[in-house]
Amino acid sequence: MRARLEARREPSRAMRLATPPLAVLLTMVAGAVVFQIMGFDGPAAIHQIFIVPVIDPSHWPDLGVKAAPLIIIAVGLAIGFRANVWNIGAEGQYVFGALAATGVALATWEMEGVWILPAMCLAGLAGGMLYAAVPAFLKTRVGVNEILTSLMLTYVAIQLLYYLMRGPWKDPEGFNFPQSRLFTDWQTLPMVMEDSYIHLGVPISVLIALAVWIVMGRTIVGFEVRLAGLAPAAARHGGFNAKRTVWLCLLAGGGLAGLAGTFEAAGPYGQMVPQFPVGYGFTAIIVAFLGRLHALGIILAGLVLAVSYVGGELAQTAAGLPHAATGMFQAMMLFFLLAVDILVRYRLRFGRPAAAEGSA
Amino acid sequence: MNGVAPRLALSGVTKRFPGVVANRDVAFEVQPGEIHALLGENGAGKSTLVKIIYGVLAADEGEVLWDGAPVRIANPKAARRLGIGMVFQHFSLFDALTVLENIALGMDEAMGRAELSARVDEILETYHLPLDPMREVHTLSVGERQRIEIVRSLIRTPKLLIMDEPTSVLTPQEVERLFEILRQLASEGCSILYISHKLHEIQALCERATILRGGEVVAECDPKIETAKSMAELMIGADLKEVERRAGNEAGEARMTVRGLSLPGEPPFGVDLDEVSLTVRAGEILGIAGVAGNGQNELLAALSGESLAAKAAMIRIDGTDAGRLGPGARRRLGLAAVPEERNGHGAVPEFSLADNAVLTARHRLGLVAAGFVKFAEARAYTERVIRDFSVRTTGPGASAGSLSGGNLQKFIMGREILQAPSVLVVSQPTWGVDAGAAAQIHQALVDLAAGGAAIVVISQDLDELLSLADNLAVINEGRLSAIRPVAETSIEEIGLLMGGVHGEVVEAQGDAR
Amino acid sequence: MTPEITIAILMTVVGASTPILLAALGELVVEKSGVLNLGLEGMMLIGAVAAFAVAATTGSAWLGALVAMLAGAAAALIFGVLTLTLTANQVATGLALTIFGVGVSSLVGAPFVGMTVEGLGTLFPESLADDAWGRILFGHNPLAYVSLLAVVLVVWFLNRSRAGLILRAVGESDEAAHSIGYSVIGVRYLAVLFGGAMAGLAGSCYSLVLTPLWADQLTAGRGWIALALVVFASWRPWRLFLGAYLFGGVMTLELHAKAAGLSLLEPEFLAMLPYLATIAVLTIISLRRSGARAGAPACLAKPFRASA
Repeated sequence: MRARLEARREPSRAMRLATPPLAVLLTMVAGAVVFQIMGFDGPAAIHQIFIVPVIDPSHWPDLGVKAAPLIIIAVGLAIGFRANVWNIGAEGQYVFGALAATGVALATWEMEGVWILPAMCLAGLAGGMLYAAVPAFLKTRVGVNEILTSLMLTYVAIQLLYYLMRGPWKDPEGFNFPQSRLFTDWQTLPMVMEDSYIHLGVPISVLIALAVWIVMGRTIVGFEVRLAGLAPAAARHGGFNAKRTVWLCLLAGGGLAGLAGTFEAAGPYGQMVPQFPVGYGFTAIIVAFLGRLHALGIILAGLVLAVSYVGGELAQTAAGLPHAATGMFQAMMLFFLLAVDILVRYRLRFGRPAAAEGSA
Repeated sequence: MNGVAPRLALSGVTKRFPGVVANRDVAFEVQPGEIHALLGENGAGKSTLVKIIYGVLAADEGEVLWDGAPVRIANPKAARRLGIGMVFQHFSLFDALTVLENIALGMDEAMGRAELSARVDEILETYHLPLDPMREVHTLSVGERQRIEIVRSLIRTPKLLIMDEPTSVLTPQEVERLFEILRQLASEGCSILYISHKLHEIQALCERATILRGGEVVAECDPKIETAKSMAELMIGADLKEVERRAGNEAGEARMTVRGLSLPGEPPFGVDLDEVSLTVRAGEILGIAGVAGNGQNELLAALSGESLAAKAAMIRIDGTDAGRLGPGARRRLGLAAVPEERNGHGAVPEFSLADNAVLTARHRLGLVAAGFVKFAEARAYTERVIRDFSVRTTGPGASAGSLSGGNLQKFIMGREILQAPSVLVVSQPTWGVDAGAAAQIHQALVDLAAGGAAIVVISQDLDELLSLADNLAVINEGRLSAIRPVAETSIEEIGLLMGGVHGEVVEAQGDAR
Repeated sequence: MTPEITIAILMTVVGASTPILLAALGELVVEKSGVLNLGLEGMMLIGAVAAFAVAATTGSAWLGALVAMLAGAAAALIFGVLTLTLTANQVATGLALTIFGVGVSSLVGAPFVGMTVEGLGTLFPESLADDAWGRILFGHNPLAYVSLLAVVLVVWFLNRSRAGLILRAVGESDEAAHSIGYSVIGVRYLAVLFGGAMAGLAGSCYSLVLTPLWADQLTAGRGWIALALVVFASWRPWRLFLGAYLFGGVMTLELHAKAAGLSLLEPEFLAMLPYLATIAVLTIISLRRSGARAGAPACLAKPFRASA
């Protein structure tokens, strides 16, 4: 008997829902094996990474804080990925947006007012959009592939951050450390609850995901984006402008990444530092796919990846697992998802080809 | 032929696909040097059958005899080793490579460049095939491309040559030349299996015909004795229904006028539209004939608004300059369009039928309010299309990709026609559609015109245009000929125009007759 | 500028150009077969860390380079299984491969951070390279010669060999190649594995030649620049060679500026230059061509699954 793949007549909805959890499960099993081979206690490491953060409520706030930027960036990216607009420079837009917000913060450092924080958020949003506008312009005007340009700009943004931290934006009272001033109370996100470190950005990330869900599912803009990805020729036939769709996708992705950067700077960091880019912009790509490019799925996927971050740190202290293991782990999750996704379009059959199911 | 084993004999050949039996218990024989027709309409199982003979597909049951001995043809390579050559309906060619490279790729064993080149020249000479081996394929006409496929087959001196719908893309003159080559081959002893649904061609060329319907052999006959009508009835299985034309064919006022429309084609392989002018009036069906790839897709895009004209006045719809308007704005003016390609252009296979209705009906039916799509109304409209055009489907929620070609085409035509357009432009309305659905679509077009709409039908099927259109023009290399009434136009004239012979020559030939 | 400095600059340009040329050549062959593997950066990192780990533990840099090729090919095999056998989206899989490579290289490389190894050295005896011309001709790292040889071989393979013709045919029309009877998936697997091996070798260039000292993310985005080079070269190996050396020049500007005692730009802005230059070059090349994809294989990044 031999396994075969047989094309389904329609993609399986059940499998679309089942494959992401399956991918996570496979990652856990494969991860345990890999860690065992590397000389660690595999099952214990997996327990630390995937189980402890979920069952121990003391880690929950941390999960929320880690998930928030991932969710915000990923819903933005998912809009583009739906339309085959491959913005993979979210990390750069995240940094650039945060820098724009920092700029506002530094300019308003001696001021007071509730308007300062919203102004920073607007600057972050606009900064991210502006940074994503470069690949959008080059793609629509000149036909340059957005994958390469958006990614190149990430390296540029990080160098810009280094320059600003080392030079013009260095804290004058910071003992010559390359970092900005600490933001004032007017410039930092308030906490949702007393005595917890869940900042306002966490619930906002969920609200953003819900808003994107409605836009993608109910509005003509969402229709346009889904259409552009599946059948560009049909989109043109239906009267949608392909260039407009590209702009829309990149501006949405860039703006949300910039906003996420602002929330990080004005939230957990409370200032700008050279270590600010930690790869959320790349991890968000995994979140977007694991969440099936669907806003609600992305909320869950964001939490799963947050678990892997928090658990990865726990495993570092508890099991001596290297920090880098988390990144490999997250990539494995995407590999497994892409692999098992074939079950959405194909059915696994054993044995001889099936006879015709009735006559046509 | 007594005592000589048939070159090819099939018995009991059955092939099933999920949900459908493509061939059931098929049996027939082809003799050496015989030109044998395999006749059947779209979906009768002809292509599946020849793919089995050529080793592309494996039969589930049945036997193939080659020169009297049972054989198992595992793959095309094995077929070629036996001496079977095949020219596919869709050519297996590589646009960016040269003719010679394409021929080299068709060889199973490597041959030196010089040797191959000499062999190709020899074949081109023997069969009087004009073809430049150093040209890149994308610069060639469809007829020339077919010659590459023929050379590929002849290089191995085949004993059986399979031709799958070879003439659907040729001009009548090119068809005649192809037939000469095939006759020459047959006279040299090569058997030819000729797959077609075109009755007059089979009568002109073939000595015997096997007729397939619904995957089964329904008859075997001598096409020279049978009438076209009797073979057609065997092929379709029911009496042919004629399209009912309305009486009194008076064209009304001009609804769409195109004047001096030139548009560069999209690189790398697009066709430039060159000074296209046409007028189509209320109640008129204007047919546009032409060989594939002569600017039909570009013309449809230019008329639908997918490509914009240089000047607004180049296209007028009901008195409004529309050349610079996009597809949405033109639809609001009353124009509807159906492109040739259903999957991914006219419809989105992954979308539900209701979503596909939103795609092109939202402007005229107001399916979007304040940015939100009115899905309930879209469903209701879709249900109407399904009902009025008897689309076989599970309902508005079914994905377009789950429909058969004919049903999807009926849905698309219905989606446009029920919007009551004043101008309808449609390309290949019955391409790959079964006869029943085709008749239904033709009737719908005639009825729409009778209601006062102006219709442009772009088609490669001359028979379709001759039975449907009031007036006819031919598109060739992006240029449109003068429009003539169908009643005053001969097939020969159209053929010459399709082959790029314009204006004066046609007149001269007309005079000579 | 003294001849000494000119030669020194030339040497660094060759050094910087070699890995991107190797990686881009591999990717060019992959793309010619109709596959877009965006995981170049990841495969290079895996090659870099494999080379370093082997060289550090066995003391043999050559063995390290060999293992780097195998490791790169192994990473490419993951990509191949996902995209070719399981028909996963090539863009997504390539991105996953890059993220994976970053993770694997820093995981495997963690014990080696800050360590140094004996690099590949030079190919020719020192005595040949003791004057100016000698250094220019014989003084480069061994992989530089490998990369030049590879250009010639790839040109010959693509334009002169039957196998190369089949590879181009598969990239031009998978359906047609399949219907003639070529194994589209088989050809693409071979191309992807070759691309992986070349990327692995390119990665070893960083850890065994340019900086025989392990640090995280050693390749610093050069894989993406190599990807851009393939577009810049319009899928032609000779132009790839020119492009690689052009970029080698831009990437070493930082060094040259320092050597010449110039400080026109802040170091961070100098570090931005290769990335900005990539964007500029892609823009110019796209402006010059009517269709931005002229020269691109028609089936690039299109998944193929035999229908029969």
